[in-house]
Amino acid sequence: MFIARVIGEVVSTIKHDALHGRKLLVIEKLTEGGDPTGDSQLAVDSVDAGEGDTVLVLDEGGSAGLVTELDNPPIRTVIVGVIDSVDIEG
Amino acid sequence: MHLCRVIGTVWATRKVDTLHGYRMLVVQPLSHDLTEKGTPVVAVDTVSAAPGQLVYIVKSREAAKALDEPFNPVDATIVGIVDEVRTST
Repeated sequence: MFIARVIGEVVSTIKHDALHGRKLLVIEKLTEGGDPTGDSQLAVDSVDAGEGDTVLVLDEGGSAGLVTELDNPPIRTVIVGVIDSVDIEG
Repeated sequence: MHLCRVIGTVWATRKVDTLHGYRMLVVQPLSHDLTEKGTPVVAVDTVSAAPGQLVYIVKSREAAKALDEPFNPVDATIVGIVDEVRTST
């Protein structure tokens, strides 16, 4: 998993059946210090995250299937949590 | 998943049996501000996308799961057409 910030959303009408009814958000990876890295991608939301939220993102297909409750969906990037804070020691 | 622009079409008559019937498009990965990011890849099309359109792709093992036959030698598939990207940055 990695930490990212939600920076937008994608509106899409024509899409794979497994994606119907799911919110697609634009996320940007953050460094451990919380700084944006410029590396953005799209993720399926499962926790009702919104723009500006710092989120926990899963990038693995098997677990994405568990979260979305679908059999073998063509999905691998899922937002699985909204982060309140991160403490880095040292 | 990754935003991409469709920039071309690939024609291949001789190919793995399980790939017959699928269109393959050349897509350029994009950043959220729609600037080019990295090098183009070939992706299987499942949404009847056309050159010039903004789409999103799923990569690696999950790409094959978008197809009717999930045991397919595919590592990038177009799974949606973008109507609009809304970002504040």
